[in-house]
Amino acid sequence: MKKESEKILRISYIVIVLFLLLIMRLWQLQVLQGSKYRELSEVNRLRIIPIPAPRGILFDRNGIPLVKDSAYYCASIIYGEFDRSKTDLLSKVLNMPVEEILKKINKEGLSPFSPLRLKQGLTFNEVAYIESRRSDFPGLIIEVEASREYIYSGIGSHLIGYLGKLNPSQSKDPAFRDVPPDAFIGQRGAEMLFDKSLRGTHGERVIEVDSIGREIRLLNEKPPIKGEDIRLSLDINLQKEAEEAFGERAGALVAMKPDTGEILGLVSRPSFDPDLFAKGISYEEWIALTQDSKKPMLNRALQSQYPPGSTFKIITAIAALEEGLITPETKVECRGGINYGRWHFGCWREGGHGVMSLHRALVESCDVYFYEVGKRLGIDRIYDYASSFGLGKETGFQLVHERMGIIPNTKWKEEKKKQKWYLGETLNTAIGQGYVAVTPIQMAVMISAVANGGNLYRPTLMKDITPVLSGKVKARPETLEIVKRALSGVVNEPGGTGWAAKSELASICGKTGTAQVIAMRGGSRYQPERFRDHAWFVAFAPIEKPEIALSVFVEHGGHGGGAAAPIAKRAIEGYLKNAEINKQN
Amino acid sequence: MLRIDRRLIKNFDWITFSVVVIIALIGIMTIYSATRPLVEGMNSLFYMKQALWLLIGVLALFMMVSFDYIWLSRFSPYLYFVGIILLITVFILGKVGLGAQRWLSIGPISFQPSEIFKLIYIIMLSHQLGIMNSPISTISLFRLFLLIVFLPFILVIKQPDLGTGLIILVIFLSLILSKGLHRKITVLLVIIGLISLPFLGSILWEGLRDYQKSRLIAFLEPGVDPTGIGYHINQSKITVGSGKFFGKGYLNGTQGPFRFLPEKHTDFIFAVFAEEWGFLGSLLLLFLYIVLILRGLNTARNARDDFGRFLALGITFMFLTYFFVNVGMTLGIMPVVGIPLPFMSYGGTALLTNLLSVGLLINIRTRRFELFH
Repeated sequence: MKKESEKILRISYIVIVLFLLLIMRLWQLQVLQGSKYRELSEVNRLRIIPIPAPRGILFDRNGIPLVKDSAYYCASIIYGEFDRSKTDLLSKVLNMPVEEILKKINKEGLSPFSPLRLKQGLTFNEVAYIESRRSDFPGLIIEVEASREYIYSGIGSHLIGYLGKLNPSQSKDPAFRDVPPDAFIGQRGAEMLFDKSLRGTHGERVIEVDSIGREIRLLNEKPPIKGEDIRLSLDINLQKEAEEAFGERAGALVAMKPDTGEILGLVSRPSFDPDLFAKGISYEEWIALTQDSKKPMLNRALQSQYPPGSTFKIITAIAALEEGLITPETKVECRGGINYGRWHFGCWREGGHGVMSLHRALVESCDVYFYEVGKRLGIDRIYDYASSFGLGKETGFQLVHERMGIIPNTKWKEEKKKQKWYLGETLNTAIGQGYVAVTPIQMAVMISAVANGGNLYRPTLMKDITPVLSGKVKARPETLEIVKRALSGVVNEPGGTGWAAKSELASICGKTGTAQVIAMRGGSRYQPERFRDHAWFVAFAPIEKPEIALSVFVEHGGHGGGAAAPIAKRAIEGYLKNAEINKQN
Repeated sequence: MLRIDRRLIKNFDWITFSVVVIIALIGIMTIYSATRPLVEGMNSLFYMKQALWLLIGVLALFMMVSFDYIWLSRFSPYLYFVGIILLITVFILGKVGLGAQRWLSIGPISFQPSEIFKLIYIIMLSHQLGIMNSPISTISLFRLFLLIVFLPFILVIKQPDLGTGLIILVIFLSLILSKGLHRKITVLLVIIGLISLPFLGSILWEGLRDYQKSRLIAFLEPGVDPTGIGYHINQSKITVGSGKFFGKGYLNGTQGPFRFLPEKHTDFIFAVFAEEWGFLGSLLLLFLYIVLILRGLNTARNARDDFGRFLALGITFMFLTYFFVNVGMTLGIMPVVGIPLPFMSYGGTALLTNLLSVGLLINIRTRRFELFH
């Protein structure tokens, strides 16, 4: 008996040690680390919910809104609180297959305490219906997000841009530190360029919640500050006319105010639907867009480069006049082509133009005249003048990463092709064929400089800001006057290649261009579309005091006069008509 | 008759009785705090139900004191038989139903047979140990294990009720050690235990349900996923720690009612108490439990016979194990096993069983001077 009571006494000591152990642990948690845990429990109770700021509205230059903010509803579920036996019923209310719901709910690694999105982009009726049935479904909530609606859906998409969620590299970028992780920000076009101003400052609600995020009471609320509204230089009327004029054809148009660099319109066709992005694009849709052989995501105005064709003759003419190699009276006879060495260089008109002055050579776009002038100039002088007009260089327009184009010279050929320059290549370059390649926006800047008397402005999307001069062309105003008169003739004189741009509304000046896709006598009109030539037209109007300058490029459009000039005319008329109405008001 | 009654009242263990009732009242207070409604119109009746069970339990406790406990020894085989039948019924119903099945419903009352069974099991084991010779021979040890421990252990584990299974094993081991084994057998048991540990471990691991596995993982590495499997442990530590020295004050705790802490009125009731009453209050509560357990051991020391001694020891070990595993889990030094805190956690059957057990403890102590009939 005695032995047994001793045994039990020993057990009592062990029990006391066990209790001391628990007391030590309590001391550690409550006294030594108490402050840390007290803080954690505070954070637990408080949740800071960002309130997205209404995004600034984009207006066109005449104050017409281009976008509007609309609400975007999602049905989400807090799965830790959801009664799984009600999945069938939920599938009816959400109008969504049971398997799809189960697939989302059963995904591994989900936190049961944060909302899981089941269905996005609900219509108002759906929201009302779900809201009325919500008491049947603990854990079902409606999340609201601001979304962007593009009023002119599909018009000017490349210019206006779209919104998207932060991509992985952006979420690491300190510039986006203030952006809540789920917010939409500008990812392209003006939405991206002016994102910082448009974004505004998000507010926050500090609420007391329980562990499943259910709001218990509001402790503090900081209202969001709406983003700034921005007036773009864009004229939506011009933009609409221009896009409609393109129809199904691919290509680009850039219209500028010649004396400021303000972009009045920027077209890149084919285009995309920005609303696809506003509601969160699906992976399949994104792949379809980027792999589309028509490349709708490519901004052709800045990112495609082609030989300028005969529009380049403007440069060749100015260079020769400036260098004193020709005068307006210098005559060259065109017999349909010239021979150089073993090679024959043909004029586009096989029968020849006859005796040509500079004026008529530009009006009728005679190739032989410019072969002769090019021969006198030599490639390096052509290069100097072309460069001074901003060709082969970035324009500095930051919409998207732009291509630089190519203006070749002897040095370029030695470095790139490890070959010496041939004179035949000079003749080709003089009429805008061969190695030379430009982007539509470069051509718009070039023709603006011709129209405004020699100033290169950096293109901008902002209305009424101080123009940024990026260079002066190597040409005196008198020289430019001679060329301008010839460009007026291109459109308005008999035999002018740009007759299709002739307008009752204003005296349009322009120059046609045809960029060869493959060398072929007699033109490529009867070839399959992918071998057909690219059409160019550069223009400005009116001649007296240019208000608008533009470049039009139609992929595989055929001849510049036929395909590109009518688009230019429609865009210019659209703009001038609108400007007239606005002046009267 | 009157003479016996007077002696009963004179020798009644008022200390154990008051300690247990105080703990249970603290429990009801804490259950109220943990489940108190934050939004009007949402009334929680947990604390009312628990108070009702306490009343019933105290009456049952007095009933347990009123007869000489030695009768239990005589009836123990029949009790044990009924207990096993109950477990098998639950097991079969559990096969039919879905998920964990621990409840039996008889009319409006539903109860957990495994709770009541624990007491029956301790009575049976004490009865067997009481009639055995000390030290226990290998054969009788083996027979004891097979006949009394193995079957209920399997039945309970399969429910699955890991907590009760653990208690069954722990009480068996601690009682045979108290009875005394041959040194050779003790050494052999330790060696077998050590060798089979890895095998047992992997067999146990395979047998665990997913949520049980994740609880173990969470215990070993609470930082893994603070909102997932580590959630219970982290939140429990935050709840306890945030009480600091003096506590947040009664009804000022936030972790429980705000639903950060799961199972706040059952398995994690201690955390809710510690949050509101701080280190000071927790110390007081621990003191009450120390008194209960040391008193129980003392009752065993002074028991008038072997059966009473083992019965008192078994009941005390049960309380000790429950208490230590539950508080250890709450403080993050034990894995999360669904074990309630005796007398405090919400749960009618458990409270009733515990009060019945205390009744037996008091019975043994009250009759320590009585002679054999």
